[in-house]
Amino acid sequence: MTSTLNPRFTFETFVVGAANRLAVTAGRTVAENPGSAYNPLFIYSGSGLGKTHVLMAIGHAAKALAPQLNIEYLTLDEYVEAFHAAIAAGQGDAFRRRFQNVDALLVDDVQFLTNRKEMQAELLRLTEALQQAGHQIVLASDRPPAEIADLDERLISRFSGGLVVDMGIPDYETRVAILRRKSEERGSTFQPGVLETVAKSEFPNVRELMGALNRIVAYQAVNDTPINAEAVRQLLGVSPAAPSAPSAAASSAAASSDEFSQFLSDVTVTVGKAVEAWRARVAEAVLRWEGEGYRTARLEKLLEQETPAAVDEAIAAYVQDVDRLKALEAEVAAFDPQAAGGKVFHDPDRMEDAEAAGARVREGAAPPPAPSAAFPLESYVVGPSNEVALSAARDVIAKPGKKYNPLVIVGKSGLGKTHLLNAIGLELAKKKGAIVACLSTQGFVDELIAAIDGNRVDWWRARYRRATALLLDDIQLLAGKERTQEELFNLFNQFLDADRQLIFTAPAHPNTLEGLEERIISRLEGGLVAEVSEPDKELRRHALERFLKTQHVPTDVALLDYLADRPIDSVRSLTGTVQRVVEAAAAQDVPLNAALARDVLEGSPSVRRTSGLRTSGIVVSSAGGVRSREKMVWDWPASSDRVIEDLR
Amino acid sequence: MSLVNFTSREITCKIVYYGPGRSGKTTNLHYVYGRVPETRRGRMVSLATQTDRTLFFDFLPIDLGQISGFSTRFQLYTVPGQVYYNATRRLVLQGADGVVFVGDSQARQLDENIESLQNLQSNLLEHGVDVRTMPLVMQYNKQDLPHELILTPPELDDALNFRAVPSFAADALHGRGVFETLKGISELVLKKLAAGSPA
Repeated sequence: MTSTLNPRFTFETFVVGAANRLAVTAGRTVAENPGSAYNPLFIYSGSGLGKTHVLMAIGHAAKALAPQLNIEYLTLDEYVEAFHAAIAAGQGDAFRRRFQNVDALLVDDVQFLTNRKEMQAELLRLTEALQQAGHQIVLASDRPPAEIADLDERLISRFSGGLVVDMGIPDYETRVAILRRKSEERGSTFQPGVLETVAKSEFPNVRELMGALNRIVAYQAVNDTPINAEAVRQLLGVSPAAPSAPSAAASSAAASSDEFSQFLSDVTVTVGKAVEAWRARVAEAVLRWEGEGYRTARLEKLLEQETPAAVDEAIAAYVQDVDRLKALEAEVAAFDPQAAGGKVFHDPDRMEDAEAAGARVREGAAPPPAPSAAFPLESYVVGPSNEVALSAARDVIAKPGKKYNPLVIVGKSGLGKTHLLNAIGLELAKKKGAIVACLSTQGFVDELIAAIDGNRVDWWRARYRRATALLLDDIQLLAGKERTQEELFNLFNQFLDADRQLIFTAPAHPNTLEGLEERIISRLEGGLVAEVSEPDKELRRHALERFLKTQHVPTDVALLDYLADRPIDSVRSLTGTVQRVVEAAAAQDVPLNAALARDVLEGSPSVRRTSGLRTSGIVVSSAGGVRSREKMVWDWPASSDRVIEDLR
Repeated sequence: MSLVNFTSREITCKIVYYGPGRSGKTTNLHYVYGRVPETRRGRMVSLATQTDRTLFFDFLPIDLGQISGFSTRFQLYTVPGQVYYNATRRLVLQGADGVVFVGDSQARQLDENIESLQNLQSNLLEHGVDVRTMPLVMQYNKQDLPHELILTPPELDDALNFRAVPSFAADALHGRGVFETLKGISELVLKKLAAGSPA
């Protein structure tokens, strides 16, 4: 079904003239470098001007240079027939495979693609496949791609994307040369001037010129006498004078335009080389980014094209995307080193995926829990009992990580350790670039468990590693939590190495805490252990004043003295006490004074009875959330009130 | 001027024929014009004085058609050679991709050649272009004149071509060397494009 190459149609037997020099040059180039020079090469010319000859000559030349090449020559009609036959036989895929494995495909008479949509689609697919595989396509047609009626735009652009060359009607000299060559091939000799006379006639194509030659060959054979110029004129019906004048002009025009076409083909070669420079740039970019581990499919695709538009822009866009990926990866690495290694950050063709992955990590990597804004340092009441701890705290705030690291605040429950811890955290967080992690040890443990459960311990670690300060409340809760201790130990070392502040609170001196590993304890002791003791009278008084002020209760010296003198072991219970007194005063609608407070606190039954409010009785310390059971429920309403509530 | 436009797939080369008055710049263009098939060339614009001296400039666009998928165009310009048209020369030189220096081979014109060459250099500098980076070829025209009147190409090379750019002996009137020169400059221009594409 595929035509074999006619052995007579080689470049050696092709007479090159001005009109076809470019086509032949291009054809030779293609034969020497199939797939890389001009792909596809599209040759068009009127009928009988040597398209088929050049097409087959390319096949021969390529085969001669590289005998292993698989070269197919066929006309479009043959191709169509073969395709239909293959489809009918259910061998469509085999057919496609067969042509995709061709090293050089030479298709003649492409103009018959007109009105054959399905063949156009098939050829488009084949052209793409061959180009991608670096295989050569040469097409011949009697008109340029754009003039083939109903030809798919994509095919037109693909055909035009390589090199489109035309072959014109040979000039006089070429015609003579052709005639000489052909008569030699036939072993015929003619009198001088005979061939020139034939050549002077205007033939629209070489085929008709050959016809004329055949006639005089036959005439000479029959008549047994050499034919002369005059006889040729008669034989061919050419008037002697008429054609000679224009042909002389044509000849000079041909000779002169030859200079131009020579120039044109030279320029073509130079442009070909110059334009190829973009390939070098693309290849360079591919090498570079491949070396850095990025996928370069997009750039490689450029290389497969013959003359892609905007190469430099494409490279620039690629580089921009890579830069964005780098930024994303760096950002992600800060959150989660494991995620940063992901392939998605090395494929500029999946920018959206990378952005999404980045967003996911960013979302998941909320900064570690920050200190609570409910505990500002200003509201921390100072007295001799916590002076040491507070001055240590101030030092830490002034020089985080440098002076006392770690700082362990030790004291009984309700003495304001949590307040101080958060207050330090808030101050530290004010510094530029500071990320303060401040949370309860229980929260820390819970987070780790969740991270282990979610298989993202790396992410969890990274989250804390980013912190510039780690503040853990109630470190004693680490007892028995081996994994958390392990993690904390690592964090501990990293923080110490990087001079980042660590602060802990504990109910007692670290070495008395049970269930903590020795290495943790020794590290806790390595910094400063600052004790907060039971509030002294002065501190209690300050605290009371402040609290009453926040409740808009007029301060009364006797009341303050009374309340401050009460045996109270923590600020928290002090607050609770005052709360009770204030509520009672509000309930009775009387101003708060020392006597009332005494009544309330020392158990005057009448007060208790009337204290029933239509409230739940749950009092929340104004100083913060529910922190301990002590302040949860301190007084149930009387049963009668509760009944009323129930009835409502 | 953008030499290679990858987006619109165009290559446009502006080539300026430079040289002293009456050295044959316009003749070069005329010869090219005569050899380019009608379909390939645009209208040659020639603004000449009554005595056929170029007043402003000649302009010849040539369409080389599709080359490697690029529609390729050459624009050939000449400058007026006379000294007092320097403003026009500078204007024409603007955005040139390559320059052909058409020298007059006549011995008595040597000084004019040198002067024009210096003028070229200073005009290029005014456009911020170093003559060393500008593709340049020399054409020694009028080599058909009697030997006693002209300098030989090697002599002219010694006198003018101190940058050792490609030089061509020519007889523009009869076409000798015209296309060789054009080809020479085209190669330089296109090579420059290959070295560092401005696109």
